[in-house]
Amino acid sequence: MSDEKLVGIVLVSHSAAVAASVAELAVGLAGGGTTAAVAPAGGVEGGGLGTSAELISAAAASVDRGAGVAVLTDLGSAVLTVKTLLAEGDELPAHTRLVDAPFVEGAVAAVVTASSGADLAAVEAAASEAYTYRKV
Amino acid sequence: MLDADFFRRWMTATAASVDRETERLTALDSPIGDADHGSNLQRGFTAVTATLEKEAPGTPGAVLMLAGRQLISTVGGASGPLYGTLLRRTGKALGDAAEVSEDQFTDALRTGVDAVMQLGGAAPGDKTMIDALVPAVAALGESFAAARAAAEEGALATTPLQARKGRASYLGERSIGHQDPGATSSALLIAALEEAAGE
Repeated sequence: MSDEKLVGIVLVSHSAAVAASVAELAVGLAGGGTTAAVAPAGGVEGGGLGTSAELISAAAASVDRGAGVAVLTDLGSAVLTVKTLLAEGDELPAHTRLVDAPFVEGAVAAVVTASSGADLAAVEAAASEAYTYRKV
Repeated sequence: MLDADFFRRWMTATAASVDRETERLTALDSPIGDADHGSNLQRGFTAVTATLEKEAPGTPGAVLMLAGRQLISTVGGASGPLYGTLLRRTGKALGDAAEVSEDQFTDALRTGVDAVMQLGGAAPGDKTMIDALVPAVAALGESFAAARAAAEEGALATTPLQARKGRASYLGERSIGHQDPGATSSALLIAALEEAAGE
């Protein structure tokens, strides 16, 4: 299992603390065994709130195992920056996808699904499906 | 004809203008945004002028592509990918010609504005930078001065609108009565064309 190519997950938030905490939560809930690589890309260099194209590119490169990378974002500039990097073509690993999903619930679904060895389409579907879980 | 020097002057003039207006842009972004538009753009355009000086790209397209890349990398807020896409798509549309006509530039800028609309999903009337850029492109065929006037008028006309995109849209009707900071900075970008042309 250790050399299995799992889909990587990047979590982009305006806040470094939010991105890191959601990553920790998702990995924690994914349980034991092999866990897909997860990298937070939160805030801007220097620690302020915002979105850093460099941190996103570096995070995506760090989780790329050749099976694709699913990127989840919070809002505003996080979404626009990822879309822009994807449009550039060579800024993110091949088979990187911006996944339309709620940030926390989507991250947990994505990491659990990716850790099971699922492909990028299945990871995307699981994360997007998190939108349908009503709470009341 | 417009050469690479013209486009470098455009970026330098925009940077100087953003520098002068940083506090005003941030003040506009304070009631309806997250109060960082001025400082974000100032950081971005400072990086643009520094990079253009160091790398000295030789064609209009290359100047705008490099400037856009810097904005995407350094701004940190939504204006980074939006202005970055505007300049990169405009630059890409200009290709690698050493000089371009004003008509070619107008067509290329229209391509850039279309790309921004696609990226952000905003249309005219949503209280965004598009409300300054669309009338500016329409007037650009006439003169830089006309484009400047159209962009400034478009920015002022965002005041009574309700925001439908971005952070301000969360405020609903409370966004009414405030001039949009993105439309205001777009008017600075367009006004800098006239300055670059020495008109």
